[in-house]
Amino acid sequence: MTRIAAYGTILLGCLYFIMPMIGMAEFSLSMRRGVYSLDAYRVVLADPQFQATFTYSLVMALFTIIFGVLLVVPTAYWVQLKMPKLRPVVEFVTLLPLVIPAIVVVFGYIRLYNTSGWLPMTGSVMGTNILLMFGYATLALPYMYRAVDTGLRTIDVATLTEAAQSLGAGWLRIMATLILPNVLGAVLSGAFLTLAIVIGEFTMAALLDRPAFGPYMQILGANKAYEPAALAVIAFAITWACMGLIQMVSRLSKHKRA
Amino acid sequence: MAQQSAIVAQAQRWVGLVPFIAFTGLFLIAPTLFIVIGAFRTPQGGFTFQNILDLNTPTILSAYWVSIKVSFLSALLGCLIGFAMAAAMTLGGISNRVKSPLMTFSGVASNFAGVPLAFAFIATIGPAGLITMYLRTEFGINLRMYGWNLLSTWGLIITYLFFQIPLMILIITPALEGLKKEWREAADILGATRLQYWRMVALPILFPSILGTMALLFANAFGAVATAIALTGPSLNIAPILLYAQIRGDVLGNPNLGYALAFGMIIITGAANTIYIVLRLRAERWLK
Repeated sequence: MTRIAAYGTILLGCLYFIMPMIGMAEFSLSMRRGVYSLDAYRVVLADPQFQATFTYSLVMALFTIIFGVLLVVPTAYWVQLKMPKLRPVVEFVTLLPLVIPAIVVVFGYIRLYNTSGWLPMTGSVMGTNILLMFGYATLALPYMYRAVDTGLRTIDVATLTEAAQSLGAGWLRIMATLILPNVLGAVLSGAFLTLAIVIGEFTMAALLDRPAFGPYMQILGANKAYEPAALAVIAFAITWACMGLIQMVSRLSKHKRA
Repeated sequence: MAQQSAIVAQAQRWVGLVPFIAFTGLFLIAPTLFIVIGAFRTPQGGFTFQNILDLNTPTILSAYWVSIKVSFLSALLGCLIGFAMAAAMTLGGISNRVKSPLMTFSGVASNFAGVPLAFAFIATIGPAGLITMYLRTEFGINLRMYGWNLLSTWGLIITYLFFQIPLMILIITPALEGLKKEWREAADILGATRLQYWRMVALPILFPSILGTMALLFANAFGAVATAIALTGPSLNIAPILLYAQIRGDVLGNPNLGYALAFGMIIITGAANTIYIVLRLRAERWLK
């Protein structure tokens, strides 16, 4: 009885989740009247705008990940090793992007770093790109920091550091050859999550006027019928791939430790 | 000499935090503070409460109100449905072969927000969507005649549930798994019925987790901009869309009023998150 009720609940819930998936898949295949075809995908993939914006967002994601790793790994390591008392404070700061809506943060950027400010980042294309990358880094900060911090807790940072130092290693060497490889699984999890967040991000890119994939999708959605559904399928596949990779990485790194 | 080296050592300990402090200070805290301070300033730079008072217009109040309604209802429904599914999964004897893909899917769906999510729902229950068309051609039911419109408050709520329910499942499943078998057995031995066990043992323990997660879901929906814009365009008057339009083109005709609008959003999401943190600390007392 309980079992049947349980399966019933799950089935009903799954129905809600499956319908939009079927809806968007069906819609994306119906560009040609009467038969299913991949026309919508063909049109989207051949669109130079698609290629340009998708590449732009991919490159932005890559830089965000590199920047995020360079910022988070040394910080989390340092807090763990030297200032464990500060951990709650640092953790609180890293969680702030979940509290402050992204639209408010980017609003602040536009007013604080415009051409009349003391740091006119929005004055040049490069400056705006960097500003957007910093914005993405704040969005990813809660996930990246938590992943790396959890990873660091599983190793004995103090002993490893002492051992490395007594063998004559400097800080750079400790970070690159000791800490980073040990938390690689956590770093990769954070990286794929960052990719999933950045690739379709809309608000920051649109308000900073950068040609990213999110605003492109929104504009296409306002003007076309079938292409947006194809884009939704592609975006869903990317999210799915990122999550799959995270699972794979965590399974692999668990295996190695055991 | 010794004192000096102590100061040097102290300074050296802070060196490692400089990049983090600089980055979060410049690109997270300073921009937010700028908005907060701007909400209390006149265009000339003096201190004022006028901007906050000026929020009291029908358009802005209704934008906040609709936002709160959408966020609250999607959080409430997300909590109830997510809890039912998580309870079915953990306590209903569902095999792991079903459970683990469902958890993975929850991870994906809770991150599948924004523009593509809106597209998926337009393709399904939009004016020309799969379900809409199917009902019309097969059963002659015109959803529009029954007052259904995806580009409305309820359309927004149903769409938001797609990331709210999975988030609830992800957060509440560990709490449900933390219910100890011994508590159940103890209640059984004392002659409690199932209902009594739930009413007097399980729910009081889970309650802070459930309520806390609901606050988190509320904040999650309140700050969502992309899904709403892609779904309804600028037509629906909710707080994030109004702020978006204000940043783009100063539709309120007063930049400082824009700061006040953003400040109001920070207050609301901040309050929701505070509730979440406080309740989570309470929940951790029992669920270790």
